[in-house]
Amino acid sequence: MTAWVGARVPRKEDRRMLLGRGRFVADMARANTLHASFVRSPYASATIRSIDVSAARQVEGVLEVLTGKDLGDPFLQAVLERDEFTPTKMPMLATDRVRFASEPVAVVIAEDAYAAEDGAEAVEVEWETGPVVPDIAAALEAATEVHSGTGNCLVDLVMFDDPALPGIFANAPLTIEATFRSARVSALPMEGRATLAEWDDRDGQVVVHTSTQVPHQTRSGIAQALGIPERSVRVIAPDVGGGFGQKCVVSREEVVLAAAAMRLRRPVIWVEDRQENLTASVHGHEQEYEVTAAFDADGRILGLSADIRCDIGAYSVYPFTCAVEPLMAATELPGIYKVPAYRARGRGFATNKAPTAPYRGVSRPQIVLVMERLMEKAAARLGVDAVDIRRRNMILPGEFPYTGVNNITYDEGSYLESLDLTEKKITEAGWYAERDRLREQGLFAGIGFSCFSERTAYGTPTMSQRRMRMTPGYDTAHVRMDPSGEVIVTTGTSGHGQGHETTFAQIVADQLGIHPDQVRLRQGDTDLTSYGWGTFGSRSIVIGGGAARKAAGTVAGRLRKVAAHLLEVGEDDVELTQGEAGVRGVPDVSLPISELARIVHFQTHQLPEECRYGLEARESADPPGTFSNACHAVLVSVDPGTGEIRARKFMVVEDCGVIINPLVVDGQVRGGVAQGIAAALYERITFDQEGQPTSTTLMDYLVPTAGEICPIEIHHLETPSQFSENGSKGMGEGGTIGAPAAVLNAINDALAHRGIEFDHIPVLPEDVLS
Amino acid sequence: MVKYDIPSSSERSEDKDTEWSVVKPAAFTYHRAYDVNDTIAQLAELGPDAKILAGGQSLVAMMNFRLARPSALVDITRIGGLDFLAKDAGGLRIGALTRHRTVETTKVDGFEVLSKAARWIGHYPIRCRGTFGGSIAHGDSTAEWCLLTVLLEAWIVLQGPRGRREVPATEFFHGFFMTAAEPDEMIVEVRFPRPAPHAALTEFSQRQGDFAVVAASARLDLAENEILTSRIVLGGVGPQPAVVDVDLAGQPANEETWRAAGEAAAAQVDPPSDGHGSGAYRKKLTATLVARALAEAAA
Amino acid sequence: MKDIHLIALTVNGEEHEIVVESRRTLADVLRHDLGYTGTHIGCEHGICGACTVLLDGQPVRACLVFGVQADGCDVRTVEGLSDGEELSDLQKAFSRCHGLQCGFCTPGFLMLSEAYLSEQDGVPDEAQVREVMASNICRCTGYQGIVEAVRQVAEERAG
Repeated sequence: MTAWVGARVPRKEDRRMLLGRGRFVADMARANTLHASFVRSPYASATIRSIDVSAARQVEGVLEVLTGKDLGDPFLQAVLERDEFTPTKMPMLATDRVRFASEPVAVVIAEDAYAAEDGAEAVEVEWETGPVVPDIAAALEAATEVHSGTGNCLVDLVMFDDPALPGIFANAPLTIEATFRSARVSALPMEGRATLAEWDDRDGQVVVHTSTQVPHQTRSGIAQALGIPERSVRVIAPDVGGGFGQKCVVSREEVVLAAAAMRLRRPVIWVEDRQENLTASVHGHEQEYEVTAAFDADGRILGLSADIRCDIGAYSVYPFTCAVEPLMAATELPGIYKVPAYRARGRGFATNKAPTAPYRGVSRPQIVLVMERLMEKAAARLGVDAVDIRRRNMILPGEFPYTGVNNITYDEGSYLESLDLTEKKITEAGWYAERDRLREQGLFAGIGFSCFSERTAYGTPTMSQRRMRMTPGYDTAHVRMDPSGEVIVTTGTSGHGQGHETTFAQIVADQLGIHPDQVRLRQGDTDLTSYGWGTFGSRSIVIGGGAARKAAGTVAGRLRKVAAHLLEVGEDDVELTQGEAGVRGVPDVSLPISELARIVHFQTHQLPEECRYGLEARESADPPGTFSNACHAVLVSVDPGTGEIRARKFMVVEDCGVIINPLVVDGQVRGGVAQGIAAALYERITFDQEGQPTSTTLMDYLVPTAGEICPIEIHHLETPSQFSENGSKGMGEGGTIGAPAAVLNAINDALAHRGIEFDHIPVLPEDVLS
Repeated sequence: MVKYDIPSSSERSEDKDTEWSVVKPAAFTYHRAYDVNDTIAQLAELGPDAKILAGGQSLVAMMNFRLARPSALVDITRIGGLDFLAKDAGGLRIGALTRHRTVETTKVDGFEVLSKAARWIGHYPIRCRGTFGGSIAHGDSTAEWCLLTVLLEAWIVLQGPRGRREVPATEFFHGFFMTAAEPDEMIVEVRFPRPAPHAALTEFSQRQGDFAVVAASARLDLAENEILTSRIVLGGVGPQPAVVDVDLAGQPANEETWRAAGEAAAAQVDPPSDGHGSGAYRKKLTATLVARALAEAAA
Repeated sequence: MKDIHLIALTVNGEEHEIVVESRRTLADVLRHDLGYTGTHIGCEHGICGACTVLLDGQPVRACLVFGVQADGCDVRTVEGLSDGEELSDLQKAFSRCHGLQCGFCTPGFLMLSEAYLSEQDGVPDEAQVREVMASNICRCTGYQGIVEAVRQVAEERAG
């Protein structure tokens, strides 16, 4: 019954995109639509003395200017139900104090985007600037507080604290102390955020078309901030131009647009510009790790202690809270390695910078980088082969399911097999000879590895351990066959480039014995789908797809029952395949599935009671999570004259269990690796000491192009997951998780002969020459 | 002098009066010119806040950020006859409205450095739209044409209400987007007086097509393996293209000479620091890139 | 007072007359005034290339050209690539090679590729294609599918 799962099916989504007929939020503005532009703080820390909108109201084309006071000072508050967490309110428009440069304080609504910007320029705000907390060091010092009374530490979690560790460190043959850092980065989807809100008198709803990964959470956020029931808000995600986490939190601007549309009773659109996207939208990955690790003489890790500090910016994002990075890091640091004794403290510090949110990988690019660097450091100090030391530490075949010191159970993976295959593939492909050749040409060259797993598809059994007041995890699908035998599937997940319209159809088609073209996915509309948690955290195929598979299976059972009745055979003998309900072992007896659907709908009275009244089912999935895994290798060159670092060849051996569509899986891997290379070599959001953003354009924030990203070769292993309806494991983030460590190891391999070693990303050309 | 605001982030962050995030230009009036005299007359009438619009690849981006706010634009892209490369008495004239892409795809004997250097200008679509004269008028200190006009000691030909005049490129660029052109003048062409068969430009940016962190250009006159004259011009190390005071006359054309010249050039510059590199890093780049430009020029 | 102009331009073979404010970019004119929303806006400072269209056959960033400048010009956008409902060879290759995911940058890459391919005599190698594709930014694909699609079409068109 797997005619379609596993097939390289071209995507249903492609056609409309290629024809220029995609429908993104910005494409939906109509003639009567008003345009919003936000007035934003030019200071990282300031008190608002006054806001004078009178001149702005006089600007040609401006219809309205609204401040937080005008809107009743709406706010959102994300809560983690832990004593170690300090909740903070995030006003939708700041009214008394701004905490980062670019924070919104007013919105100007005008007849077009040009006039709206003219109006925003004309708003006069009287600021009184205050001291700035620009980084973790200043936050720790706490001479100034971003939120009064918090000491700047908004979350402080000691997740594990093995009392044996001091003794282990004192007596181990090798103890390594190191500090690792990763820069603040932006997810930078090509479509920035965008929202069009309009009041619908017929439905008594504000309809919010918004570029989001999480339609239901956005509805909840708008309803909570504005104090209205959820049914009076409808959130629709049309085509969404990438998210990578930036759109998995509720934006203040989304709430403000909804409020403005309710007041004005006109459609209002806001299309974030790139400067806003780089300064006012969320960031991620700004972390530092102070780590101590002990190894025995053979390179086996004996103990690990980490002090993890995350710069979370000015506010806790809704609904995930600012704990998302420190929690993930402290919980999952050991990764694929068998660490016998562990301590981790994870803290989140408020600074006068834009808030951080989950960005593709969420702390795992950093923790993998820490572990992979530790392995290489230990190997170098002990004279052990840098690849082989991983084999001595990783969870091996026969040891699954493995429950780690961090209380996480790792389901079956191919950690060793993927490393072995990677090493084999790059050797066969002549990488080592190529490295020698580059060195002869006067370049520095190196090869780096990274072995990791990626915990995916967190259901509430796992998410609940975080103790979020809003705990995501489950998802619900509805499958409904129409009288012509075709199917509409709804899901609470909300794809935005991952090809869900195609892959969900493949899953459902196999269950029902029909063609994927006969299956249409409806997603991203809170009125059409059951409450669900959207698309993030590599969850959609396992949870959303799992629910869809279950629901389709239920409908298939109904079809079999109907067929059994009409064909006068046993239900268990009915097979649904290639559009027909056939009878096992009886090739000539069958009924088209479309005929079954017709009878169920149009002549349902002819059927026994249990077969009547439609063909539909609603099912949920809520798995504990499953680990995909991969090994990455990269060949880099370093130009000793300019410091330029280039990734030249990239190899991935990945295992995400049952592959639904190899085309899509490869695309996710390649795109993820590109973002990982970007984080390792190019991208960083920077500020000066006054908290002023200094990477505010794509001239300063260097998203790599086809000129920088090298070809990426991919090989697959398939170890099915027992925790997943379809055997699949999530895999949307793995590329981004593994690549930075591999690149950093390769750079260090290239520079080893110069006695240079880096433990931070990005490594810039300037670092090489310093 | 034409003055633009600087499109660097650091400058913007000091400008606290500007609220964040604009990407739509402020209002202006649009005027189209059909010949050079028409342009000059319109500029005179519109006053000093009017600007010429050619390819617009730098100006429009700055206008979108409202860092440039001209009251009026005079669109000169429809003027005929200014899109040419013409050999002239041993030299070369390039019309102000010649697209970068045209220079890139036109090989002129003795001026190969121009077509080769064009590859460094932005990206293919930028080169299809941007103009030679526009780049000179913009006067970015890292711009390839600005460097090469100084390197090859070209003349910038200006026309204005007071007639036509020629300014040596060496005196044209006054730093940070300021040039010797008056607001009512228009660049009509650039005149390269003599060929430079041994010339090269190289540069470094982390990402392909970006503004150079440092750009180095070099010209040599060679007799066999001996250097007769040399000239080195740098971009990205100061507010305008910088002529390096290193004379290689009499030295052999070899790696050792290039390396030493690079070191000497680096010792002379005191580059600024910004998000793309510190001054110290730019000095190191200078040493490397000068040596590479010289080697390529001699090849 | 707004500075407005009456302009005439041809988009994908269709003639339009329209009144535009002088400061409106060609990207906004195409998208909002004429309804060609296939052209996307990604940065409005000429770096990302999502808004690339062909202006009199040349690839340009529509965010760096004012609409009024397109007066009398011939514009080609992504909507003009297909033969009605039939995808062009380039569009098919992008799908086959998985050269798109979220689809936002896709129109810009298609128009960039279309311009580049139209001036090729032979078949460019991968490095040459990469150098040109470096004009635009994609955040989803890692570029490999895009580069492969353009190479395949170059080969097909060369016969």
